[in-house]
Amino acid sequence: MTERPRPLLEVDGLSLNYRTRQAEVLAVREVSFQLARGESLGLVGESGCGKTSVANCLMRLLPDNARISAGRVMLDGQDILLMSEEDMRLHRWKRIAMVFQAAMNVLDPVYRVGHQIVEAIEAHGVEDTDAGARERVARLFRMVGLDPQLMERYPHEFSGGMRQRAVIAMALSCDPDLIIADEPTTALDVIVQDRILRELKGIQQELGMSVIYISHDIAVVAEVTDTVGVMYAGRLVEMGDTADIFRTPIHPYTAALMSAFPSVVGERRPLASLPGEPPNLADPPPGCPFHPRCAHATEVCRTQYPPQVSRGGQWAACWHPLDATLAPAG
Amino acid sequence: MERESDTLGALNTTATGSDASAGGPLVSVQGLTKLFPVGGNLFRKPSGFIHAVDDVSFQLAQGESLGLVGESGCGKTTVGKLLVKLLEPSGGSISFRFADEGRDGDSEPVVDPSAIRGRQLRSFRRQVQMIFQDPYESMNPRRTIYDIISEPLSVQGIGDVQDRVDRVVEILTLVGLTPAGTFLFRHPHELSGGQRQRVAIARALVIRPSFVVADEPTSMLDVSSRTGVMTLMQDLAQDLGVAYLYVTHDLAVARYMCHRIAVMYLGKVVELAETEELLRNPLHPYTKALLSAVPLPDPGAHREPPDIRGDLATPIDPPSRCRFYDRCPVATAYCLNHPHPPMEDKSPGHMVACYEV
Repeated sequence: MTERPRPLLEVDGLSLNYRTRQAEVLAVREVSFQLARGESLGLVGESGCGKTSVANCLMRLLPDNARISAGRVMLDGQDILLMSEEDMRLHRWKRIAMVFQAAMNVLDPVYRVGHQIVEAIEAHGVEDTDAGARERVARLFRMVGLDPQLMERYPHEFSGGMRQRAVIAMALSCDPDLIIADEPTTALDVIVQDRILRELKGIQQELGMSVIYISHDIAVVAEVTDTVGVMYAGRLVEMGDTADIFRTPIHPYTAALMSAFPSVVGERRPLASLPGEPPNLADPPPGCPFHPRCAHATEVCRTQYPPQVSRGGQWAACWHPLDATLAPAG
Repeated sequence: MERESDTLGALNTTATGSDASAGGPLVSVQGLTKLFPVGGNLFRKPSGFIHAVDDVSFQLAQGESLGLVGESGCGKTTVGKLLVKLLEPSGGSISFRFADEGRDGDSEPVVDPSAIRGRQLRSFRRQVQMIFQDPYESMNPRRTIYDIISEPLSVQGIGDVQDRVDRVVEILTLVGLTPAGTFLFRHPHELSGGQRQRVAIARALVIRPSFVVADEPTSMLDVSSRTGVMTLMQDLAQDLGVAYLYVTHDLAVARYMCHRIAVMYLGKVVELAETEELLRNPLHPYTKALLSAVPLPDPGAHREPPDIRGDLATPIDPPSRCRFYDRCPVATAYCLNHPHPPMEDKSPGHMVACYEV
């Protein structure tokens, strides 16, 4: 039992609400997962399923109307939800860093790109001298495939792909244990996307970092992650090894997500469309939140939240798993 | 209806009209070019020109769907805007040959959008419509769904109020927004992205155009609603006989939506073929690179990095040699010293612009 090392990240029963004028929105519901050191996890789901909200909880970057109503987020044995704001500020970037989707909004347009990263390094005391910090940024630039001379340029002189690389360099600047990449390549063209994902994967393996990829593009997730968590209506509904999730999904939602995705290779199979829309999280349906759109739904799905069924390391929350031998009693 | 047909007939009905009526293409584009000046103002000459679209030619048959694929900045959206006359070309020609319902039997009119003036534009828009990328930006938030969809009808003077209501209800049902009555008096903000894009499709199709330019209509939608919108557009194309120019950066989406695909690079079409032929047997080094960069939804698949160097350049006054020369893995001295290669048939219907193929 003591064989397995403690995972880097343990999220346990995490729930998050947003208070709006009309109602309480249940954005994240009892999400639990673990991530080992050096591994990568993908969070997939439709927009509004709560994947970015989970990331924001891990970074403790939440708007004023958000409230974490339950759960623990243990990073290396320390609950980051209990940390003071001051501790968290030192923790952020140094232990957990984030690559945001909109790279333009992360970089300040009036400062040189290199300067902004040097500032982050010095603020966290990673390097003592200015020269040391600059040397570090030059090394990071080379690592993400940018010419170190570009440090002296301003963000508007960078193309979209270059900005995204600069933001990745910034996220790596304080040697974090965990990087959260929220749609890191969504705004980019495929050739640039391919390069950035390869670089990120190479750096991850070289430095032994853990990475959480958040994406609606399941093909990207298939290529870069070890495990995948599928989110629906604020809940994690299936999780397991990436290969298992793609080859033999248990949850009908996972299967629907996969078969709705067009591919350029293989047979041109007809795309299955998923009827309906995700539920309103201010007033989620009772029982399994997926039941209004699920072809397998029965009475029990409409009234009771399904239990977890599992096969090896893969689990799903479903009353009618696609592998019928896993069907829960009830 | 009669009135519009007459105006259409009055448009540039060329002598070749009877020639083309033997099952010719709906759209013919010849040497289409669009230059945008850089710098410069009222008093100063521009310092250069962006060659957004440079000598592009293709044809589109009645009811056919052609995909225009390439990276951002390659000029694909500009081609779309030129075709619907949101931009005027700097050179080359576009001609439409609409099957004219109003005039039975005799020559079908050939329309050149750049020669259209004033009132004729309305008749042109009756046949040619556009669907935009962003369903949040392309609708007036203050107007109801009924207002939005019925506007083309009232602009075109089609039917009375009751007719229009019937047509709007009919098209809402067709695009899957049912029961239609519950959507008529809602506003865009009350709808999801997928539903809004269905409204945009309804607005484009309510006047039964022959040709629609769809500019990335699904790129802002989730996987689940994207499939629905894609299937809908295909079904409607078949039922209503609409031809699409489908502008997209996503080859996987183009595979499902298009009969043929044209690949653009820096203002030039570099390869054009039937969809499956292009995907299975890409010939141009750029098409190969683009295809091999598409991530595969299969965790076991091993994908080699795309064979391409450097980054996309800006097409400001580019040298006359092959546009792809600087990034090409197979470029030779011949490519350096010769003008951009012409499009040539390598096999029937498969055209490539490359000296090394």
